[in-house]
Amino acid sequence: MSDVAEYALRLGDDALVLSHRLAQWSASAPEIEEDIALTNIALDLLGQARRLLTIAGVREGQGRDEDDLAYLRPEREFRNLRIVELDNGDFADTIVRQLLFSTYQLSLYAELTASTDPDLAAVAGKAVKEVAYHRDHAVKWTLRLGDGTQKSHERSQAALERLWPYRHELFETDELTARLIDAGVAADPAVLRSTWDPFVAAVLDQATLTAPEDGARKPTGGRRGQHGEILGPMLAEMQWLHRSAPGVRW
Amino acid sequence: MAAPLCTRGEVVAAVSATPAEREVRALVGAVLDPEIPVLTLADLGILRDVRADEDGHLVVTLTPTYSGCPAIDPIREDVECVIAAAGYVDIEVQTVLAPAWTTDWISDEAREKLRIYGIAPPDPTQAHAPCLLVQHAPRCPRCDSDDTRQISPFGSTPCQSQHVCNACLEPFDRFKSI
Repeated sequence: MSDVAEYALRLGDDALVLSHRLAQWSASAPEIEEDIALTNIALDLLGQARRLLTIAGVREGQGRDEDDLAYLRPEREFRNLRIVELDNGDFADTIVRQLLFSTYQLSLYAELTASTDPDLAAVAGKAVKEVAYHRDHAVKWTLRLGDGTQKSHERSQAALERLWPYRHELFETDELTARLIDAGVAADPAVLRSTWDPFVAAVLDQATLTAPEDGARKPTGGRRGQHGEILGPMLAEMQWLHRSAPGVRW
Repeated sequence: MAAPLCTRGEVVAAVSATPAEREVRALVGAVLDPEIPVLTLADLGILRDVRADEDGHLVVTLTPTYSGCPAIDPIREDVECVIAAAGYVDIEVQTVLAPAWTTDWISDEAREKLRIYGIAPPDPTQAHAPCLLVQHAPRCPRCDSDDTRQISPFGSTPCQSQHVCNACLEPFDRFKSI
């Protein structure tokens, strides 16, 4: 698989897996406006995933389309970050994940609008405007929950403790990203982190939440296909219809 | 950073000139949006180009409003139907993403159509921001009061937010600036 194909697959899998997680909030959110908000965000991410997986398939040159990549790959071939595959938890878990991930994804797409790869730049130019709304949604809820009641504060702080170790993986580099950064194709994680750290710190501070101390635990491996056991059941749910009725259409 | 967005004027300047292209542009431009059936594709600014080569092969280029907007598929089918009904057989409908669609491409006439339909039209976007998140409270499309509040930035379609009027108490949608 070409470098661009692999890179598009990584970003596409992030969007696809988080889209499916957020869609699981449909009819389960704390209020109907949040049902609508979380599934709207899921829809944006699904659209982005379709474009990115299409790029991955075309650049790979093996004739795989977006559906082949979404529905016919086993867990070990998924390249998403670990944070997006985690189960939704409670509403605070979902909101804190949205804060950490959308802040990252907004910077990522903003950088990619200047990518030397025109296909990636086009997807990013569209998506950056959508993700600005996602981050804004996450910030507003983080403030409301963190600086809300005692219970909402405690749950938000607990969510932050749970998710904080996963942030390291957002900014990892490997040989593939190094080559693509040199070629002006990929976003440099060091640049993304220089935006992410102060932004998230300011939101947490205003929300009266405390960033945990870094421990030894730094979950990683998603980009190499090493996932938590939680991803398999999610993919089974997502893929069973397509696999049991190949080529099915509405 | 983000490339400067194409202005509406530049898009219109791309209008092609053969009689077939003009006819197809008019036909496709008049197709109604399935979600907001008072607006045409031309009103929305999502019809990017119509090209015909010497063999009569027609390529219609559309751009989606949002990456995941489900309306793009029925729109593509409607476009293919109206062109086929006009007797053209060799048709291709493409979608392109760049330059990314912006609500600034919605015409003034279309903004007024939206308001009459009950949807508050979008504010102009800022030149150097990805999108305008802090927006003025929209005027109520029913009673014209500016005393309104936002219920949620996400609504019944990807392109709309939900509001309520403090004066007449009616809920209403707004086309989000993007």
